Amino acid sequence: MYQFVTGPLAWVAFTVFFVGIIVRIVLYVRGLDWQLDRVAYRPHLKYGIKGALRSIFFWLVPFATRSWRYYKGMTILVFVFHIGLIFTPIFLKAHNIILEERWGFSFPTISEKTADLLTIAVIISGFILLLRRIAFPEVRILTTAYDILVWAIAMAPFVTGFMAYHQMGGNYQFWLILHILSGEIMLMAIPFTKLSHFILFFMSRMQLGMDFGIKRGGMKNKGFAW
Amino acid sequence: MPEGILCNKIPCKTKEMLNALLSDKSGKQYYQEMNYLQIDTEALAATIKKTFKSRMKTWLEICAHCGLCADSCFLYLANNKDPKQVPSYKIQSTLGQIVRRKGDVDNAFMQMCMDVAWSKCTCCNRCGSFCPFGIDMGVMFGYLRGLCFSQGFVPWELKIGSGMHRIFNAQMDVTTEDWVETCEWMAEEYSEEWPGLKIPVDVENADIMYTVNAREPKHYPEDLAEAAILFHIAGENWTVPSEGWEETSLAMFAGDWEACKIQVNSVYDAMRRLKPKRMVVTECGHAYRATVIEGPYWAGLKDGKTPVPSFHYVEWVAEALRTGKLKIDPSKRIKEPVTYQDSCNYIRNAGLADCAREIMSYIAEDFREMSPCREHNFCCGGGGGFNGLGRYREQRNIGLKIKRDQILATEAKLVIAPCHNCWDAIRDLEEIFKVGIRWSFLKPLLLKMVVVPEHLKPLEE
Repeated sequence: MYQFVTGPLAWVAFTVFFVGIIVRIVLYVRGLDWQLDRVAYRPHLKYGIKGALRSIFFWLVPFATRSWRYYKGMTILVFVFHIGLIFTPIFLKAHNIILEERWGFSFPTISEKTADLLTIAVIISGFILLLRRIAFPEVRILTTAYDILVWAIAMAPFVTGFMAYHQMGGNYQFWLILHILSGEIMLMAIPFTKLSHFILFFMSRMQLGMDFGIKRGGMKNKGFAW
Repeated sequence: MPEGILCNKIPCKTKEMLNALLSDKSGKQYYQEMNYLQIDTEALAATIKKTFKSRMKTWLEICAHCGLCADSCFLYLANNKDPKQVPSYKIQSTLGQIVRRKGDVDNAFMQMCMDVAWSKCTCCNRCGSFCPFGIDMGVMFGYLRGLCFSQGFVPWELKIGSGMHRIFNAQMDVTTEDWVETCEWMAEEYSEEWPGLKIPVDVENADIMYTVNAREPKHYPEDLAEAAILFHIAGENWTVPSEGWEETSLAMFAGDWEACKIQVNSVYDAMRRLKPKRMVVTECGHAYRATVIEGPYWAGLKDGKTPVPSFHYVEWVAEALRTGKLKIDPSKRIKEPVTYQDSCNYIRNAGLADCAREIMSYIAEDFREMSPCREHNFCCGGGGGFNGLGRYREQRNIGLKIKRDQILATEAKLVIAPCHNCWDAIRDLEEIFKVGIRWSFLKPLLLKMVVVPEHLKPLEE
């Protein structure tokens, strides 16, 4: 089983993930339409690119936009959650050992202690994000079962990884395989679910950035004050 | 397929139809007929398939339902944080459903969509600047309005309004003769006080082609005179077109894209006919948005630009003050605290916040910014057609509370509002809440403080 989930299934998961996000990018760009979107993308590409980069950059920096400053607590939660979510799996020592073994390359790694802290941060911030959904009426009204499912898909690799690493819950092998499986499910879910915001965040921000950069003022001022 | 006599899927294209609609007081019969209007689900599905593409599709799909758009919406705040006013909820429960059901919706649902699209969103686009994913719900509500319009679900006043554009190329029944006569009348009326004052009609190759909001010739012709006097003092070589002088677009508020195109083409034709160096638009927000920002796309102009460079009135004023074409008498600057209403349409959605500040630096001694301001200012409460819809009067009045509180917090008693919709909304909020404020366009204020060159003054008897 371990051989299967770290072998053929891993191949499938990574293929679906990489091909999936490339397809999403291509479909997104092909679906842009200057007249329907009312943005002259091509004739003013320079302004468009400037607007797109500004629109992405400011939103990637905590407290750099009015919205991030307005919702301070949420901003901390969102950044902690996403930093842990992305950096932990990529730079984890154990993952890179497997990478080296199977595919002959690896990334720099972080210490096990850092990885553990990041994992705990993801789990705690994830649970607060869930509580927030239930506690705040303006979020509760939006929340659907699908949102919870997507949340669970993202959280599962961290909870199971934590259990396996700390040899909790008895059977190490069981948690390890569950961890690998849940990670692969997450990878494969990215192109097909709301988790596609992994890449579509950038596409959508780019589009709105171009809109403001080209049409809504960007050619007459320094750029939108996000 | 049952269609009402007044309420149907056919846009108003004839004077007979227009008169029939106008004689139906408050749209009583119109809204009754709406209850029997059937949905052409196939047409709706076909439109979605053809026009609902990756930008909006992605917006609806990836919305994380995080609720960060909630506090960006003045209607959510004004309605005691009613969760049903959260922008994401409003769009997911309307457009989101239409898309998910592939257009298979019923009459009651479409009426609900109409009510939400015109009474719970003014298309101010503030939510778009609060969403981390850049989901602009104002844009989607504009699209939803178009779907509603195509099925005949549009507020009575806006069916009339878009009909006016189709028939008169103006939002009101102002004909070419009416317009030209008003220009002549105003020039004559003020000629004693301003010798040599002209409102030149149809002059080719002028530096500026000036265009207006039909309300000005119809209801406030002195606004046109004030514009003429300021151009006169500034020594501008300007003209107005006899046709294609109307910048506004109730068709845009209605979601009648065909009428939008007809309207802006009338202005673009005037530009091509008169070949001015540039066009300047009066103090109106949505007019600028419609004709300068969105219009080129309706007309199919691929570079997204109007045939000649186009400017909002605040851009012209800022330039005239900067270059000294207009000089302000320092002793006549506004001494009392004064604030400025940033219009969503030309500030947030067209980037002219700095022009407004530049003007204020010349004319005001105690300028107080609202909070928030500039790109992040709240809608006046009457945008997107909201001011003019009888069916939603009560909802509009509730929404005005936010602007009232913003103004009161500045402690200024004078609000400068270079936008017809904002001006109306602020007038109405004073009428309703009686908070003791005054409001004004720029033109009358500038006229009171501008230095008049000796040679333009009337000769002493």
